[in-house]
Amino acid sequence: MIRDLLKYAFHFFLLILFQGLILNNVEFGGYFVPFLYVVFIIALPFETPNWIVLILGFVLGFLIDCFTSTLGMHASATVFVAFCRYYLLERLAPRGGYSLNATPSIQDMGMGWYLFYAVSLIFLHHLFLFYIESFKSTQFFYTFGRVLASTFFTLILVLIVQLFNYKSSKTI
Amino acid sequence: MKNLIRFLTKNSFVFLFLFLLFISFALLVQNNNYQSSKVFNSSNFLVGNLYSTVNNVNDYFNLKEVNAKLAEQNAKLQSTQIGTFSKIKGIILEINDTLYFQKYVCTAAKVVNSTTNKRVNYITIDKGAANGIEAGMGVVSLKGVIGTVKNVSENFCSVMSVLHEENAVSAKIKKSGYIGSLVWELGDYRMAQLEGIPNHVKLNIGDEIITTGYSMVYPEGIKIGKVVDFYLPEGNNFYNIDIELSVDYKSLSYVFIIKSWMKKEKKELEALNDVK
Repeated sequence: MIRDLLKYAFHFFLLILFQGLILNNVEFGGYFVPFLYVVFIIALPFETPNWIVLILGFVLGFLIDCFTSTLGMHASATVFVAFCRYYLLERLAPRGGYSLNATPSIQDMGMGWYLFYAVSLIFLHHLFLFYIESFKSTQFFYTFGRVLASTFFTLILVLIVQLFNYKSSKTI
Repeated sequence: MKNLIRFLTKNSFVFLFLFLLFISFALLVQNNNYQSSKVFNSSNFLVGNLYSTVNNVNDYFNLKEVNAKLAEQNAKLQSTQIGTFSKIKGIILEINDTLYFQKYVCTAAKVVNSTTNKRVNYITIDKGAANGIEAGMGVVSLKGVIGTVKNVSENFCSVMSVLHEENAVSAKIKKSGYIGSLVWELGDYRMAQLEGIPNHVKLNIGDEIITTGYSMVYPEGIKIGKVVDFYLPEGNNFYNIDIELSVDYKSLSYVFIIKSWMKKEKKELEALNDVK
């Protein structure tokens, strides 16, 4: 338990630094902007209490905001994703609930399940984020294009992160 | 009341969500006004420090490039300095309205090899015929005179440094203007001798020695070194003067190769005298 806590805390700060210092500088023509940090919310274990997910989402978004000096923008988006996650997990739950010790990963839940789950959350996050960002502007389709492109970009990064998380014990 | 509490606890998740979302939006809106953004923007203490640390680290990766660029820029500036230009006098000035024309051009180069402990010492630098370097050009660093180009290959050239038995640099005492020639003998790589200063010249320890520009290899006024000791040998009309060289040949990195536009013209003119 303690080990898991430390692991998630480590992931938390690593993701924030990675996002704040590296990914925020990655940009392809303003269309593809990766927001990998949302993978933290995606990868939290099933049994995490909902209110903790919400608060973690808020803190995560808030810290990311500190890097981009857009206070409240990422925070609201991550809180929104944390909220959606709860209902999405309920909807996607297999018959008889999630098995003990399972985490939302390709390994535990299968490729199809994971793709649907991750894409939904990433899409919702980016949708919320980009429309909050362009608040007043009227460029609806441009923003939507950015959402789709960035969702794709983030998804690729998320899948790469998944590769890191493969536990070797299962493959033996 | 009981019902209300039950309602709240039952939907605590939704309320927490709404509460956090509200805070976020409040932050978002408030952030638009100047005061609060001033407190929380990226000049925020912790993140600001982090950014500057990252920048510091990044700077190190660029150092090499920056050094090369600076050296190049120095060379460019050096070749636009007043000292490297000659004044055009008389009628040409009026016609062209050009105050100066260029006498010397500098090329920056990097020292790739050097010796100091031999009888004849050479420095190898990384510019060659491909960069327009020819034998006989002068080489200086920001600190002072280095030597003259002796041999040139496609991409490198070897420079006969001042620390070379056969290399005599025409030098003068800055204060009095008397001209002598600088020679070096095997031994201390920081010291050289100035010959040909007659015994009536007043000398002081610490007098600066500079180039004359007579040979058209170096521009006039490039530092060579300073007088550290002098004496008059008995029955001799010329001083023995010890000069401490301003260039430390053991710590060379970037140097300038000097191309003189008028050296050829001057040589041709002087050759005419020899024919007669």
